[in-house]
Order: sequence, then C-alpha cells, then structure tokens
Amino acid sequence: MSNNVLAFAESRGGDLRRAALEAVTAARAVADVRGGAVHAILFGAPGIGAHAARLGAHGADSVIVVEHAAFAQNNPEAVAATVAARMGSGYGAFICAASATGKDIAPRVAAKLKVPVASDAVAMTASASSITVTHPGYTGKILQTLTLTASPAVVSVRPGAFLPKENAKAGAVEAYAPAGDPSASRVRITETAAGNTAKLDLGEAPVIISGGRGLKEAGNFKLVEELAAAFGNAAVGATRAVTDDGWRPHSDQIGQTGRLVSPDLYIACGISGAIQHLAGMRTSKTIVAINKDKEAPIFKIADYGIIGDVLEILPVLTAEVKKAKAH
Amino acid sequence: MKIAVCIKRVPDMDVRFKIAPSGKAVDEAGLKFEISDFDGYAVEAALQIKEKLNAGEVVVISLGPDVVQETLRKAMSMGADRAVQLKADTVPADSYAIATALAAELKDGAYDLIMFGRMSIDTAHGATGAMTAELLGLPVVNAISKLEFDGRTAKMRRELEGAYELVECALPAVVTIDEGIARPRYPSLKGIMAAKKKPLETRSAQLAEQRLALDAMALPPERSAGRIIGEGSAVVPELVRLLKEEAKVL
Ligand SMILES: Cc1cc2nc3c(=O)[nH]c(=O)nc-3n(C[C@H](O)[C@H](O)[C@H](O)COP(=O)(O)OP(=O)(O)OC[C@H]3O[C@@H](n4cnc5c(N)ncnc54)[C@H](O)[C@@H]3O)c2cc1C
Ligand SMILES: Nc1ncnc2c1ncn2[C@@H]1O[C@H](COP(=O)(O)O)[C@@H](O)[C@H]1O
Repeated sequence: MSNNVLAFAESRGGDLRRAALEAVTAARAVADVRGGAVHAILFGAPGIGAHAARLGAHGADSVIVVEHAAFAQNNPEAVAATVAARMGSGYGAFICAASATGKDIAPRVAAKLKVPVASDAVAMTASASSITVTHPGYTGKILQTLTLTASPAVVSVRPGAFLPKENAKAGAVEAYAPAGDPSASRVRITETAAGNTAKLDLGEAPVIISGGRGLKEAGNFKLVEELAAAFGNAAVGATRAVTDDGWRPHSDQIGQTGRLVSPDLYIACGISGAIQHLAGMRTSKTIVAINKDKEAPIFKIADYGIIGDVLEILPVLTAEVKKAKAH
Repeated sequence: MKIAVCIKRVPDMDVRFKIAPSGKAVDEAGLKFEISDFDGYAVEAALQIKEKLNAGEVVVISLGPDVVQETLRKAMSMGADRAVQLKADTVPADSYAIATALAAELKDGAYDLIMFGRMSIDTAHGATGAMTAELLGLPVVNAISKLEFDGRTAKMRRELEGAYELVECALPAVVTIDEGIARPRYPSLKGIMAAKKKPLETRSAQLAEQRLALDAMALPPERSAGRIIGEGSAVVPELVRLLKEEAKVL
C-alpha cells in the first residue's frame, strides 16, 4: 500500500474553492502519519494550473493539473473517471471536501476502486493501515465512529471541519491527461446559473445570517443581506418555511433536508428553531438568535439571544457591525 | 416507464435518542420508523411520473431485516405496484456493500429509471445511489429537485451551492432525489387495503465484504444553555461587544 494521499482540489469558475485547501490540509495530516506525500489533483479549463502554488503553500508536495475545456463546467463523470485512473497508480487514500461537488465525486471514485467511502467526516485519525472518522448522522443527533479498513481509503471531510493551514511544500506541477474524452459525458449541462459568484457560499462562509418566516416577506431579506454585507465574510441561509414559499432558493435551505453547516457564527433571524432546522446548524460555534417570542426553541441552543422585532433590530445590528468592523 | 425506487427504513428523528448497551446502535425501544425523508420524495416523484404517462410500473426495494416489509407496504399503499425485500440480518454501515446488493438486484430488472434518496436520514452517507450507478455502469445525476422527460431523455434541475444546473441524460439512468421535487402523499384507506394484496418478494441480499465498520455511536455534547441579552434594539451594542470580546467572532 502506498503512503501517498491524493487530495481533490475543488475549483469553480476558474478559482480554487476553500474546499480545495481543506482537502489538502486533511490529506496532509494523513500523509504525515504515514510518511507519505500529498498530491493535489486540480481540474479546470486551460489556465487552472496557475493555482498550483497556493496548493503547495497549504501542504501539497505535488499538484496534478488536468486541463480541458470540458472542465470549465461541472463534470463529475469525467472527473471521477480521471481521479480513479490516477488512484490506480498507487495511493493509500483519496480525500475531498463533502461539498456538493465532493459528494458527487467521492462515491463514484470509491465504487470504481471497489471500496467504501467514509462521508462527511468532522474528525479523522489515521494509522498505517486504516482511517477512523467521526461522522454525524441521525440529523446531527448521533456521532458515529467509523473505521475504513479498505485500501485505498476514500474520505470526504465536512466543510469547515479542517481549516486550511499554511504548510509550505514544493507544489511541483505535473500535467495529467483526462481519462477518456471529458466532452463525451453522458450527462449534459444545458444551463448553469452561477448566482452571484462574488458571494460566499454557505459551505465556506465563516459567518451565516439566516432568515425565517419571522421576516414576514421576501423583500425583507434585504435586511439579512445588508447584515451579511456588513460582515463581509457572511453568506445568507434560510428555513424551509422560507424556501417553500419561494422567498429564497432551495439551495439556501439549512436543516435536515437542506444544507448542514457549522460556521463560526450563525445568526438566526425570525427562526423558531424547529428540530429539523437545528439539525443543519447546531454544530455552529457561536449561535445568535433574534426572535420576538421568548419561548421560541431557538433560544435553547443560542449562545446569545435578543427578544424583539427582527425588522427593527437588523438595521441597528448592521450599523453596529459596520462600526465594529471600521475599528 | 419501469421505475425502481430504493427505500430505507429509518427511525423518526423527532426524539431524544438513546444508545443501546452495545454502544453501536440506537436503542429502538419506543421509536417509530418511517421511509427515509428523501426516499419518500422519490416514491412520490416516481408515482407522479407513472400517473402522468398513465403507464409503467413502480417497484420499491429495501435491504434489511423483515421489519422493512412494513416500509415496503407503506410505499405500496402510496401506490407502488410491487416490492422486493433484500433480506439481511442488519443493514450494514458500509454503503459499498449495500450498493453491491442493490446492483445485483437491479441489474436484470430492465429499469428505465432507478431512484434513490440524496442521502439516508439516519446514517447519512449520501453515497449509495452513485455507487450503485457505477456498479451498473449507468449515468447518475445527484440531488435533483426537478425531473421531466422528453421522450427517452430525462431533463433535470440540480441545486448546487449558491447556484443551479439544468442537465439532461438519456435513459436508462440513476437519479438521487433532493427535497423540492414532490411532497409524499398520505396513503388513502383504499391504498392501504390494496397494498395488502400487492406482491412483496423476499430474496437474500448479496452483500459484499464489509470494510467500513461502525465502532461506536455517541450523543454529541449538549450545547450549554446560552443567555438572553435583553429585549429590543437597545441591547444590540451589548451583543456586538460580546461577539467581539467574548466569542471573538467579529
Ligand atoms: C421532513 C421534514 C423536513 C424538514 N426539513 C427542514 C429543513 O431542512 N430546514 C428547515 O428549516 N426546516 C425544515 N422543516 C420544517 C420545520 O419543521 C419548520 O417548519 C421550519 O424550520 C420553520 O421555519 P421558520 O422558523 O422560518 O418558521 P416558523 O416556525 O413559522 O417560525 C417563525 C418564527 O419567527 C418569529 N417571528 C415572527 N415575527 C417576528 C418578528 N417580527 N421578529 C422576530 N421574530 C419573529 C416567531 O416567533 C417564530 O418563532 C422540515 C420539516 C419536515 C417535516
Ligand atoms: N438498506 C437500504 N435499502 C434500500 N435502499 C437504501 C438502503 N440504504 C440506502 N438506500 C438508498 O440509498 C440512498 C442513500 O443512502 P446513503 O448512501 O446511506 O445516504 C437512500 O436514500 C436510499 O435511496
């Protein structure tokens, strides 16, 4: 078994995502225990290789660059085939982030290599021959300890659980050819709406401002967006009540049937704190709740609560955050 | 159109779980069980396709001990035509092992469409659908929130992180279902009566060797109760001070 670890360097729209640095950081920890090297594999349209240095700075000994015009878009079929082909040259593990992209890749790669996958790890320890992960299940109510004895080990790590660490390594670039023709994937993309690409995604934002039905109408979400803008490093989330009513897209939904997030700071605005919502955010480091009902269950898990009208409080909070940031 | 839907039996999550003495399972005493959330959406989506085309068959498949028959009957009471139980003493933690057994069952079924949940709500691997597709050599589209057909082409929408994608793929194909596609219907009394007579076959599951072991289950640490800072916008400066000085997130 090789001691080397392959890390998936996720990119979107020609840019590296934080998920890439997290995967490399998690891979470094495994490789260091085993005395192996970390290779980061990076897909994209021609030119993507320019990001190799950043991967090296975060612990990649080498960066395998796979450039092809058909990688300008999401292409899980061709990416998984290429990763599996590369894994065939001898690796002890493959690690990616459990982002939408990573979750699309990891099971495919694992199945091609005929091994299981340990998904969405929030903690990980490696020995010479196995990897043990902590994996939240049962809507976050139970932590499962899972040991992968298969080789290679395939693991996806929860965004935010393995913070990128600078750790300068060579980051030597190696060009690699895609397995098969990436333009020939059986699934064709006919349209992508990238949303606002400048906006931080829920999976990577250190701060999430989330709105519920207490905001009263879709238009009032601008108050949430203004607070997010004041923070500068925040993304906007929502409850199912809100996505069901079409105030926000489903992709903004946090909870049991939405996204699972654990930012440094989560501010719940006009959210009751239903069990299904808590399932998606209870592992946030600091939770703030603003609700006019002092009995709202969200206050049971909030570190700091303010009782009051969210429509009145949000603009004041935005102004105060701006002031604090200006100092 | 011949559609297979793979469904998992899971406990109702709206409870405080206890860990069984083995330390490796939840204590099932007093728990209610149901179809895993996303699998329920998948069953509903499959039934709507069949109703729209006014033709075809919906087959539900579940791997597990005999108690999963109850889950299969529930899906048949919603309207699925028949069911297959892949019998195993327990449901393994290893989703690759599950995928091998499902693929063995699905392989010769001549299905046009095979549906999974995006993830199971209990063990939450989010892997079984894509793995089964790989084993069957079929294309897979993960986490779809819309599905339509244009002849033999499936047209789908996927919600990504802060974006969405419209994709198409020729049948046969595997899809995993996200929320938003359809809310599961409640079985009617007529449906419940009819389900009792619908065929439910049982075969033993052909599981691959298990190489993902569940060592332990534990309850996460409780969040210590926080504090209410006060009422109204007057306390906002105090909140900001706490975020800065105590929580150090500003
Ligand atoms: C199978 C299943 C899966 C689900 N999955 C999810 C999921 O993934 N995510 C999710 O979020 N939900 C999910 N739900 C729904 C969940 O049960 C709740 O219905 C939902 O979270 C409630 O959203 P809410 O807090 O916005 O609305 P409500 O519960 O209506 O709460 C609104 C809150 O706003 C407060 N409020 C009202 N006006 C003001 C004001 N002016 N100022 C301040 N506060 C105010 C109220 O006091 C109340 O607490 C799921 C449900 C089921 C059955
Ligand atoms: N024991 C099982 N029987 C039938 N289908 C299953 C089983 N386990 C998982 N699945 C299917 O695979 C999906 C994803 O499960 P998982 O990979 O465990 O998150 C579920 O939503 C089901 O559609």
